Amino acid sequence: MTAPILSVQHLERRYGARIGCTDVSFDLWPGEVLGIVGESGSGKSTLLSCLAGHQRPDAGTVTYDGRDVLAMAETERRRLARTEWAYVHQHARDGLRMGVSAGANVGERLMAVGQRHYGDIRAAAVDWLDRVEIAEDRVDDRPSAFSGGMQQRLQIARNLVTGPRLVFMDEPTGGLDVSVQARLLDLLRGLVRDMGLSVVIVTHDLAVVRLLADRLMVMKSGRVVEQGLTDQVLDDPQHAYTQLLVSSVLQV
Amino acid sequence: MIQVDNLSKSFTLHNQGGTVIPVMAGAALHVDPGECVGLVGQSGAGKSTLMRMIQGNYLAGGGSIRIAGTELVGAAPRTVTALRRGTLGHVSQFLRVLPRVPAVDVVAEPLRALGVAQALARERAECLLWRLNIPRRLWGLSPTTFSGGEQQRINIARGFVHPYPVLLLDEPTASLDAANRQVVLSLIAEAKARGAAILGIFHDAEARDAVCDRLVDVTGFTPGRAA
Amino acid sequence: MSEYNFAYLDEQTKRMIRRAILKALAIPGYQVPFASREMPMPYGWGTGGVQLTAACLTPDDRLKVIDQGADDTTNAVSIRKFFQRTAGVTVTTATTDATLIQTRHRIPETPLTQGQILVYQVPIPEPLRFLEPRETETRKMHELEEYGLMHVKLYEDIARHGQIATSYAYPVKVEGRYVMDPSPIPKFDNPKLSDSPAIQLFGAGREQRIYALPPHTHVVSLDFDDHPFRATKADHACDLCGADASYLDEVVTDDAGGRMFVCSDTDFCTARVAAGHKGRLAAEAA
Repeated sequence: MTAPILSVQHLERRYGARIGCTDVSFDLWPGEVLGIVGESGSGKSTLLSCLAGHQRPDAGTVTYDGRDVLAMAETERRRLARTEWAYVHQHARDGLRMGVSAGANVGERLMAVGQRHYGDIRAAAVDWLDRVEIAEDRVDDRPSAFSGGMQQRLQIARNLVTGPRLVFMDEPTGGLDVSVQARLLDLLRGLVRDMGLSVVIVTHDLAVVRLLADRLMVMKSGRVVEQGLTDQVLDDPQHAYTQLLVSSVLQV
Repeated sequence: MIQVDNLSKSFTLHNQGGTVIPVMAGAALHVDPGECVGLVGQSGAGKSTLMRMIQGNYLAGGGSIRIAGTELVGAAPRTVTALRRGTLGHVSQFLRVLPRVPAVDVVAEPLRALGVAQALARERAECLLWRLNIPRRLWGLSPTTFSGGEQQRINIARGFVHPYPVLLLDEPTASLDAANRQVVLSLIAEAKARGAAILGIFHDAEARDAVCDRLVDVTGFTPGRAA
Repeated sequence: MSEYNFAYLDEQTKRMIRRAILKALAIPGYQVPFASREMPMPYGWGTGGVQLTAACLTPDDRLKVIDQGADDTTNAVSIRKFFQRTAGVTVTTATTDATLIQTRHRIPETPLTQGQILVYQVPIPEPLRFLEPRETETRKMHELEEYGLMHVKLYEDIARHGQIATSYAYPVKVEGRYVMDPSPIPKFDNPKLSDSPAIQLFGAGREQRIYALPPHTHVVSLDFDDHPFRATKADHACDLCGADASYLDEVVTDDAGGRMFVCSDTDFCTARVAAGHKGRLAAEAA
């Protein structure tokens, strides 16, 4: 707990003259969940893809576990991406291989890091399917035969099987039924706690961050307008935009 | 254990013409270990606001809040998170939980966050559920479907499942029947006996008289009124 | 004869292909792009192999062409004729006699020797293609040695069939570096890829790729610890020559369920029969 796992300083990404995100700085500490909220086009997804190495920022630094991510060779960054990092896409089909079985989807990361024992790989896959509440007898089914919620849980299993330390999530509950969302959130919360995961989660759903995130960052037009403890930002918002965002949520 | 000095707070309503509403000025109080202090004052005088600031839920405008030696005003979020995890317990009036999670796990959650093993955490949670007269058949159900009184007791169980050195209680006995109120009062007494510093809001005068060693009137902290 | 340049292709093209071959030999298993030419035969009929053969042939070469092991199938016959006509080289069916062998889907049973060149016709050179259709991505995967996906394919085989069911075009790793598609040879032939004294060249005409194994290259078939690679064949001996360790074709002989197993390598089989070896049905067949 002595150093941040991820440290971001003055990150900027431009699309020509347009700002994707600019002057973003934060530290993420081990075991911490950081929520990033903002409306569409606020730069939150741009920021996430810069952090995960899918896009190259134009300025600023990203330090992971003391290492300069932007100066890393691509080999090293991709190795990180399939061992210590994980990325959960909003649309499960972006993060899954739809043409191969659920077991192979979960096993892929293990095989990518050199596991060569079929029995062990399959056992790990079954174990992880169980942890995300997918029955063992679905292990040989393709994800295309799964419901949206199951696909999303499969994507999570596929990502967490190598025991990553840092997880990026892009709207992981987007597009799911409310009841399915709750189940997924509960699952994520348990996994985050039990595996000590550090998480950066992008969402526009304030209920999701209230339940999942320790800290909150509010973005507007590519800039961070406010950050702090999640319940503090939501209950005592300081910035005009955050106040608008919070007051716009329909009460149920 | 709780030391509040010269605390102030105002709300700025950016979307209503930038209206600034000062809600607190010069607030000061302290709670020692083993002591229970009650906040009193008219409705709207700022009891809940003060509690929320001490809990870190509201940002302070100025002044100082020290919990077990840690300064809360201007503290980094992770400092507050760490404080809440192990030191600063809290019983609110509202239960905010995920649907689907069983009551016993809702109560055990603060212990799980502290790294207590699942079995032990559940055992401690079950103890409290039993003491608070939550029927055993409800333990495995989500509290979202519970009655107001049952939800309140789940909240209380969460606040007492770990021996927090500092406890903030917001109306812990509201919507409880006499028997359960008595259980809560003895939980508070036990916490005091082990040296916890407790700050509470009790509308119920009988309960207040039973557990509070001192009362602090927040009316004096309200800007405008004080003048 | 005279209306064609030697071996059909012009000298500049052959030089371009030779440069690609040299590069492929220098980086065993790496797919080298080349400017594949239109050939007077359709794609899928060995245009990649034909261009390699054309670039390697000298007037002194003795050429053998096989298709599925046989010298007398349409594809083999037409390619052999093509080079007889355009290069005027000597042709042969004897593996030991040939200096250059163009093949589709087999490696000859008779061990190759130093100085020989084996040219493979390749339909799809990219072993990762079926799991990752993006060429940009598969190139990156080769560059960064990200080959987990190959095992995903084998995993699927075992999950579905209880064993690795891939029986041809079985992926290999070359010198511990590049994963390579050995062309659709049966996996029975895979062990012959490794440590061969001959030069092995692979050409994909439509896909415009050349790759190679220089002599004595270490080639390993991918597998799992608990499902090791096995070079399987039909559990029979050749009904003509009696060979029990050669790759066999199953031939249906009548409409009453009659069938026979014969060596797919016709030269190997013929030579054994000539040397007096006899199989179960040798008398009838003779």
